[in-house]
Amino acid sequence: MTREPPTLQFDHVVREFAGGVRAVDGVTLSLAPGSFTAVIGPSGCGKTTLLRLAAGLDSTTAGRVDAGDMSGSRSVCFQDPRLLPWRRVVDNVALPLELAGVPRARRHASALDVLQAAGLAHASRMLPSQLSGGMRMRVALARALVTKPQVLLLDEPCSAVDEFTRMQLDAEILRTWRACGATTMLVTHSVSEAVWLADRVVVMARGRVHADHVVRVERAARERGGVAFIGEVEHCMRLLAAASGAASGEEAA
Amino acid sequence: MNAPAAGVRAIAWPLLGVAIVLGTWQIGVMMSGVAPYLLPAPTAIARAMWESRDMLAAAMGRTALGAAVGFTCAAVAGILLGSVIALIPLLRRSLYPLATVLQMVPVVAVAPLLQLWVDNGLPMAILSAAIVALFPVLAATIDGQASVDPGLRELLKLYGASALRRWWKLDFPWSVPATVTGLRIAAGLAVIGAVVGEFVSGYGGTRAPLGIVIQAAMRDARTDLVFAAVALTTVVGFALFGAVSLVGWLLVRRWHASAVNESEDRR
Repeated sequence: MTREPPTLQFDHVVREFAGGVRAVDGVTLSLAPGSFTAVIGPSGCGKTTLLRLAAGLDSTTAGRVDAGDMSGSRSVCFQDPRLLPWRRVVDNVALPLELAGVPRARRHASALDVLQAAGLAHASRMLPSQLSGGMRMRVALARALVTKPQVLLLDEPCSAVDEFTRMQLDAEILRTWRACGATTMLVTHSVSEAVWLADRVVVMARGRVHADHVVRVERAARERGGVAFIGEVEHCMRLLAAASGAASGEEAA
Repeated sequence: MNAPAAGVRAIAWPLLGVAIVLGTWQIGVMMSGVAPYLLPAPTAIARAMWESRDMLAAAMGRTALGAAVGFTCAAVAGILLGSVIALIPLLRRSLYPLATVLQMVPVVAVAPLLQLWVDNGLPMAILSAAIVALFPVLAATIDGQASVDPGLRELLKLYGASALRRWWKLDFPWSVPATVTGLRIAAGLAVIGAVVGEFVSGYGGTRAPLGIVIQAAMRDARTDLVFAAVALTTVVGFALFGAVSLVGWLLVRRWHASAVNESEDRR
């Protein structure tokens, strides 16, 4: 892929649900091409709605989401793996290509490539029911990458797995982001995961951007852990606490 | 548990139950001295079955043909119609309640009406079997396809699948286990429908199916032969049910709950 990934642009985006609930209330954000941004915030802050708007799975009430000219090149990895239980792993991974009309031999080869890169080649002939929860998520991630996406949207992909599997998955996410260079947006509950993976952490509360923080520690330093990394996590924790306070304060008012 | 031993045990218990019932029946008839035309002993029924074996085998074949053809028509029509209804929300809202109401109409009540439309004999048995077998297939197909995981629907939408492709890649395979359950119920009902069709159309002579054999034997007060024929209708029902269950198992064994449990056991 020689094409430059697009800027993911949210322009005064509003999403109002029935009953007048504003899940997203005037968000303006610009995610730079090839960047990795994490969106965190208390439950119900609108972060998943924002991701769904970016994915085209929901439409805005007002404002605009612009992800460049990228028909077919945006991928989503959901909270749950969403694998078809009757299909073998390789056929699940090949599904997006199949629906795009790619011939059988080519899509099979592409699916095996991404599985190989993810260290899942040995599981390619297995059915989802034969895999552990963590492996199913890794297969779902491989499926999101098989189309070589320009925009990668990750909706709490690690929320349903144990701590060890989460670490594995995070490493996998980082590896794939580096490999495909897509403009990436991660929605997560975990502050440390956000700081470890992303260059920028956006904190949302009550449908609005509450804080927008650029992670100041180099990637290499983050991977080594240590004081600087912990300092960043603590800083984002404080931002999140302030956002939660703002949210509950408004609710009380 | 050892698999063959478990298989033997699974068959042994029901067989023991049958033996107890037949034994009690035999002894009861012998001790009470009840007239054979009111209640023949199991041994008398077995004798009647053996003596009329050629006639009964031919009759069983014809009843099986009516039930099987009727069932197949109902299966094809039920799956096609159910898919169309499931795919089009307007039809699902308008036709599904109607189908539920129509299912309440007993086939025995409408059977004379069916005689207006098809010939007596095999066509009547087929139509009657198809009518009673249709609804379970239809309902199971619609319910199965309406219960697709919304997350998977969303996934296919994300990848730009059209409604028809979504049906073929997701809705239809998803509904197979439910449809198989509907087909198994339909298999048993098809035999009932076929016999009702035979009763109403009353075609006899040398081409009589089991339904006619039952009626003729009743007229002749051959209660032993009636019981023999009734037992054979059960055999036809079991055979059809077994065949459908086997095909269903072959279709879903790879991924449905039973198959999943097996693979968990292996780990």
